[in-house]
Amino acid sequence: MARMPVQFRLNGSDRAVFVEPAETLLGTIRRGLGDFAPKFGCGQGTCGVCTVLVDGEPRLGCLTLSVTCEGRSIETASGLADGPTLHPLQAAFMEHFAAQCGFCTPGMLMAAKALLDRNPNPTRVEVVEAIAGNVCRCTGYEPIINAILAAAQQRGARRA
Amino acid sequence: MPVNVRIVQGLQEAAGILASDRGAQLLGGGTLLVRDINEGVMTEGTLLRAVDPVLLAMNTGGARVELGAGVTMAMVLASRDLPYLHAAARGIGGPAVRTTATIGGNLFAATPYGDFTTALLALDAVVTLHAGFGGARVMPLVEMLANRARGGVGLVASVGFSRPAGADAFRFVKVARVRPKGVSVLSIAAHLPQNGGRISGARIAYGAMGPTPLRAKAVERVLEGRTLDAATIAAAKSAALEGTQPATDAIASEWYRREVLPVHLGRLLAGETS
Repeated sequence: MARMPVQFRLNGSDRAVFVEPAETLLGTIRRGLGDFAPKFGCGQGTCGVCTVLVDGEPRLGCLTLSVTCEGRSIETASGLADGPTLHPLQAAFMEHFAAQCGFCTPGMLMAAKALLDRNPNPTRVEVVEAIAGNVCRCTGYEPIINAILAAAQQRGARRA
Repeated sequence: MPVNVRIVQGLQEAAGILASDRGAQLLGGGTLLVRDINEGVMTEGTLLRAVDPVLLAMNTGGARVELGAGVTMAMVLASRDLPYLHAAARGIGGPAVRTTATIGGNLFAATPYGDFTTALLALDAVVTLHAGFGGARVMPLVEMLANRARGGVGLVASVGFSRPAGADAFRFVKVARVRPKGVSVLSIAAHLPQNGGRISGARIAYGAMGPTPLRAKAVERVLEGRTLDAATIAAAKSAALEGTQPATDAIASEWYRREVLPVHLGRLLAGETS
């Protein structure tokens, strides 16, 4: 089967790749472009470790075909930090012990970023809803929820 | 031959390919078909990606609502004109699933999935179908679901239904063991129009209580012409299981689904939160 050309922006950089027709965005990002932040977990849309943002919306990289991303803007957890300066969400995850094994963290961060970009001052219920599609087997979720709320508070304080 | 992806502009062309190529399937958001590829269930064939803007059209302002088959659950949730469908849309996966999961895909989701279709069934929805190279035709959703098991339904372009009369006229509950996101033990949708305090034209639909979402016609008959009081609700609960064929799966046993259905139906009709 002929490979297909796809162009999109990945964390602000224009990228052009040839992909298999039924190749997932996760496969293209990891194997084709070498960004290993989004992980492969269940491959069923259940665990959320492959969560990336496509045009600002959370998407599951494992269920998104690369050919459907032509001309889109893709964000992964690799693009969060500004050089040595962590994104407020990353800093909050660190301060609140929101990562243990770390496998879910890139997906959690992107799900949280999608929420805060749309709703800078979410309630606890809204945070829980935002990460409802992301499974964590280590933390029991509370530190993650607290970290996201803290990041929102910090961003709000910075704006004030 | 591996899985191929073909991008087509028009619905007619896509419907023609679907009719002539048994290995072709229409790609909606991919939450079902791409999962099949990942799991090795689908190893060959053609995925058709139709990019016709008709699939994303939403006409929600009037008494008659029309939603393109490519409309996602996130788009439904973002619409202020569709608050009665928000509970059903919110029940589909997490946020990252809802940005891709489409109404059209949900119509073909195997049990215990397809909760949004349950809501559409209670709204007496019709689907606009393109089959083969001919024109579009309209078919009741209940008929389309009956045909689904036999295959060859064609291409669903849109769903249409009448807006419920009032905020309390349409109710939906999804029963899951994991909150806020979990696969359905069952779901129930109830459209309860009233005329002079009595129910007129009730539509009750179940999800995960049969091979496809189904209408609870025995319950509808019980409700017809009655006020929604304790006696009516008790009678509806007694008729709740008629026509159901729940399956045993990893989420719940057939026995459990039968046990809890009348309880949740009673709560929904009484306006209690499950």
